[in-house]
Amino acid sequence: MTAAKRPPLPVILLANDLLDGEVVFWTGRGWSDRPAEALIAKDEAAAFELERAAAHALAQNKVVDAYLVDVALDAEGHAVPRHYREKIKTEGPSVRRDLGKQAGQSNLVPTGH
Amino acid sequence: MYRYDEFDARFVRERVAQFRDQVARRLDGSLTEDEFKPLRLKNGVYLQLHAYMLRVAIPYGTLSARQLRQLALIGEKYDRGYGHFTTRTNMQFNWPRLRDVPEILDLLADVEMHCIQTSGNCIRNVTADHFAGVAADEVEDPRPTAELIRQWSSLHPEFDYLPRKFKIAVTGSAHDRAVIKAHDIGLRILRNAKGEIGYEVMVGGGLGRTPMIAKTIRAFLPKHELLAYLEAVLRVYNLEGRRDNKYKARVKILVHEIGAEKFTELVEAEYAGLDGPSIDADPQEVARIAAYFAAPAYEKLAPRSSAYETAKAENRAFATWASVNLFPHKVPGYAAATISLKNIGEAPGDVTSAQMRVLADLAEKYSFDELRITHAQNVVLPHVKQDDLFAVWQALVAADLASANAGLITDIIACPGLDYCSLATARSIPIAQALAQRFANQQRQIDIGELNIKISGCINACGHHHVGHIGILGLEKSGKESYQITLGGDATLNAAIGENLGPGLAAQDVPDAIERIVDVYLKHRKADEPFIDAVRRLGLEPFKIALQETLHAPA
Repeated sequence: MTAAKRPPLPVILLANDLLDGEVVFWTGRGWSDRPAEALIAKDEAAAFELERAAAHALAQNKVVDAYLVDVALDAEGHAVPRHYREKIKTEGPSVRRDLGKQAGQSNLVPTGH
Repeated sequence: MYRYDEFDARFVRERVAQFRDQVARRLDGSLTEDEFKPLRLKNGVYLQLHAYMLRVAIPYGTLSARQLRQLALIGEKYDRGYGHFTTRTNMQFNWPRLRDVPEILDLLADVEMHCIQTSGNCIRNVTADHFAGVAADEVEDPRPTAELIRQWSSLHPEFDYLPRKFKIAVTGSAHDRAVIKAHDIGLRILRNAKGEIGYEVMVGGGLGRTPMIAKTIRAFLPKHELLAYLEAVLRVYNLEGRRDNKYKARVKILVHEIGAEKFTELVEAEYAGLDGPSIDADPQEVARIAAYFAAPAYEKLAPRSSAYETAKAENRAFATWASVNLFPHKVPGYAAATISLKNIGEAPGDVTSAQMRVLADLAEKYSFDELRITHAQNVVLPHVKQDDLFAVWQALVAADLASANAGLITDIIACPGLDYCSLATARSIPIAQALAQRFANQQRQIDIGELNIKISGCINACGHHHVGHIGILGLEKSGKESYQITLGGDATLNAAIGENLGPGLAAQDVPDAIERIVDVYLKHRKADEPFIDAVRRLGLEPFKIALQETLHAPA
């Protein structure tokens, strides 16, 4: 991940858990399967820290496919991806509202974290 | 059906053990993601948008009740209670955990199934006509050929690292129901003037970003020469195919760039230099495989069943289903029943574990323990007695599986699209759902007649949009989903690539556009002229005008 590819601010860092595949978000202390807990980087320095966290996590074999996603903030200050692809990724299939994060489901096995 | 011998069984078990070890090495850091990815792909494990995805091979779309029940169990235990049938007649599970995949592979091995070569740059699951052994126009059942190719191509050391993926389809009939001309190799079983059986060999078809129709490179290949000839084709591709650009690496690009004539020359030269008999299958082995596909023990029945005729006369919904979803069987008194997985408003090809069990029970009770998966994402009970059709239909109604739309406008092929797929640029399923709802009226569907709509959520064309009578391609345009409409595609032996009708549309405009296209057809068709014939006769222009009207319609 290089600065040249960095999306516009603010951004969050998401990835898939290596063992369970679940979409996870960097919280500043670790990875969470809840988008509301994503650390939101609002300036370049914070975004750079997210990139460092991504590189470190990939090297640690905790997650795969880690990248920054540009977001808008909703009324409660939570991050909502601007692009429809990442929005679907953080919610679950738009055709199955009973599945995925939008339905409160997670594939993470708690003991693994 | 084919049954594993001791070698097959050991091979699959060893492969499961090998993958279990690879997963463990990935988790302890011995393998990096870059090293692990090609290994997991060759075992059918993808990383999709929300989770891992596991693609299970269903060779030539044939399943037993026991196998389908095992898929139901896996769906329930390791997924979210459902699976998805693909256009390669495979089953995909959308939510498995990587840590569970070795267990799932063991469960599959228990019922002689696996995920080997369902991805990666190798020879993929071989597909065949879903009415194999059923169709009256069949020269020979294509499944023994498909099984022979499966065995030959599984971990073939020379072809395990091809420039790109490689897909083979076989039909044994005059009518192509396996889209053979959109395959890297399409094989058509036929008889020559002397009455001998052989293959027409077509090479270089494919969809994706550069759609091509396969070219015939051998009009008649004697049956026993198949494997050596395939080896020659694959060898030419392996040597000459491009590896510098994955978008130009399929054999269709090679055939296109050097021309079918030159490609044929190269294959024939390679073939002439091979020791054919040492490569071709032993006739005893061919006979052993073919024996597994011997016709089931049909009863001697009258061509027409009075129980069936009475049920149709008394139950209109059953009569409608029978007129739309049944295919004539070559054996008197039997029919092949297409079970539509295209309920109005549902995702095409999705099936719940509960429904899988119903289908398994029906296959066991009424269809010699056999099911077929079609490239159109439906299921077939291939050998049902007419006497039993009403009972089958009643069970299907109870399981919400009795949609009477096989081959009609709501029998839509759609890839998973951006609702699941990490490669997709737009969603496919919501478009299929909206169109099915727009054309839900049963009588209207029947009035329109055979019309294939095929939807892909990206240029890779898993939804076969290029060969849809109406094709829909979902793309991203300025941060929004945009849908291109193509017209005139054909997946049969008259294969054709659909032509673009105009600029992309917003998702909400697609149903209106399709309805206008259908209205042009209804207005101009002659008597019983099917949609695709009318498109060929009328040309694109009247349909382009209809699309323009959609674009300029007041909001």
